[in-house]
Amino acid sequence: MDYDAIVIGAGMSGLAAAIRIAMSGLSVCVLERHNVPGGLNSYYTQEGRAFDVGLHALTNFVPARTLGAPLTKVLRQLRIRHEELRLGEHEFSEIVFPGERLTFTNEFEHFEGEIERVFPHQRDAFAALVNRVRTFELREDGVEDQSARAVVGEILSDPLLIEMILCPILYYGSAREDDVAWSQFVVLFRSIFLEGLSRPEGGVRRIVNLLIKRLKAAGGELRYGSGVRRIRIENGRAQLLELDDGEVLRSGTIFSSAGRTESLRLAGREVPPEEIGRLTFLESISMMKDAPASFGHGAATSFFCTEERIAYRIPQRLIDVRSGVISAPNNFRSKKPLKEGCMRLTVLANYEAWHKLSKEEYVQAKIECAEQAIAKVAACFFDWRPHTVYRDVFTPCTIRRFTGHVGGAVYGSPKKSLTGESGIPGLVLCGTDQGYLGIVGAMFSGVAMANRHLIAPHQKTATSPRSA
Amino acid sequence: MNEEEVVIAVKDIIQTVAPDENVSMLDLSERLRDQIDLDSMDFLDIVMELRKLYGIQVPEEDYKELASLNSCVAYLHPKLVQKELHCTANA
Repeated sequence: MDYDAIVIGAGMSGLAAAIRIAMSGLSVCVLERHNVPGGLNSYYTQEGRAFDVGLHALTNFVPARTLGAPLTKVLRQLRIRHEELRLGEHEFSEIVFPGERLTFTNEFEHFEGEIERVFPHQRDAFAALVNRVRTFELREDGVEDQSARAVVGEILSDPLLIEMILCPILYYGSAREDDVAWSQFVVLFRSIFLEGLSRPEGGVRRIVNLLIKRLKAAGGELRYGSGVRRIRIENGRAQLLELDDGEVLRSGTIFSSAGRTESLRLAGREVPPEEIGRLTFLESISMMKDAPASFGHGAATSFFCTEERIAYRIPQRLIDVRSGVISAPNNFRSKKPLKEGCMRLTVLANYEAWHKLSKEEYVQAKIECAEQAIAKVAACFFDWRPHTVYRDVFTPCTIRRFTGHVGGAVYGSPKKSLTGESGIPGLVLCGTDQGYLGIVGAMFSGVAMANRHLIAPHQKTATSPRSA
Repeated sequence: MNEEEVVIAVKDIIQTVAPDENVSMLDLSERLRDQIDLDSMDFLDIVMELRKLYGIQVPEEDYKELASLNSCVAYLHPKLVQKELHCTANA
């Protein structure tokens, strides 16, 4: 055997899983197809500017030593000190619908006050919803896969309030059209409203670099430019990995963060079409000389919808500009303010429509769609087009290229596997399709799956101390 | 190791697995779970460190013996009496 474990993908979940495995004294290698780590949450530099992909905010924010919180647990398991992340909280974020606006901060009382101000008749119902969310216990058997719309609709009666609460939750993690599983709603509601939003100083690269440092210190290996072409099953167990260059590696257990559909396809299995995720986005990143606050834009994150009901589904055309998310990284507190102003705008997009464009059409469509989306939101916020000095745009095709997700699906498959079981012995799923969400969720997924499928069972059999 | 050193050894391991906590403040008799919210994943880590550092094995059914620092000493001292103390936290 070449390694006790091989991890496919150097994203947040894969790196976290590998750190745990290496820390327990087992041999592990992370295989990453690209030459940069991070997966969906990555970074790059263009014309001397540092850009982040994926991460708008680190949800699940809690102060250091907050008992029982996912962030506390995951940092502990990875032995990273809270202060190493240098998290800056948002001043406030907002949910903007026609005629109504709710703001929220990392103090939940603020949001409760907002609900009481805008929807006074829903005060008690909202308190009941919060209570349901606080007391809900996650179950691994997936029985709790009810529709969040159905559950929330039973508790709240004002349709606008329901839409306004669903909007951030859908955009920050739903792989289902127009809805989200109730269990996922609970996880996301806690992570956004009950805990909170923050941004690491320097953006996503701070987290990725910390993880890589921890992995190296624990003795784990990381190979770039090593895509997996096929997973071979021997004696009923997934144990051989065939790389793009033909090399074959044997592993005790394979942890795959490639996604459920993608991992099963590597092993030669097909999944039913309804289990393949399709929700994907177009994102533009516009750099400006001045900070958004100088134009009166103070929100760190703005979830918006220009209609009364949100259409969170694959658009018929290239993009749908009627709803989306604006992220203004300058509006997170930081000891090191960003050098330039930055406005990111994310809207729903259709992978197939982008995929079939010719090269020229594609380049043109990127420019036009980004402009069109900003023009649409300019009326509600401000028009940052005249102030933009540089812009980069990601399409579903970009996401597909960097994550390997079929159709550029950002939140993976609507079918999650909370136990990490793939249906093939020896092949464990971690990351988006295991079911925890956000950056903290992704790391938690890697940690929990490594503990459950490898470290805890190994603990029972290992007896000798590490020789080193 | 004497009993005092066992306390130092265990606190050192807790500092390693929970770097944000101030272990010098830990009470000897109160449950660790109640003081700093150690959960089953954290106990797995403590046991892993005991194995790596001192070569001793704590079976899963004995995790409950590690509930407080005092009970850790009672349970671990016989296993550690022949071992040398070495600390790693913040190294």
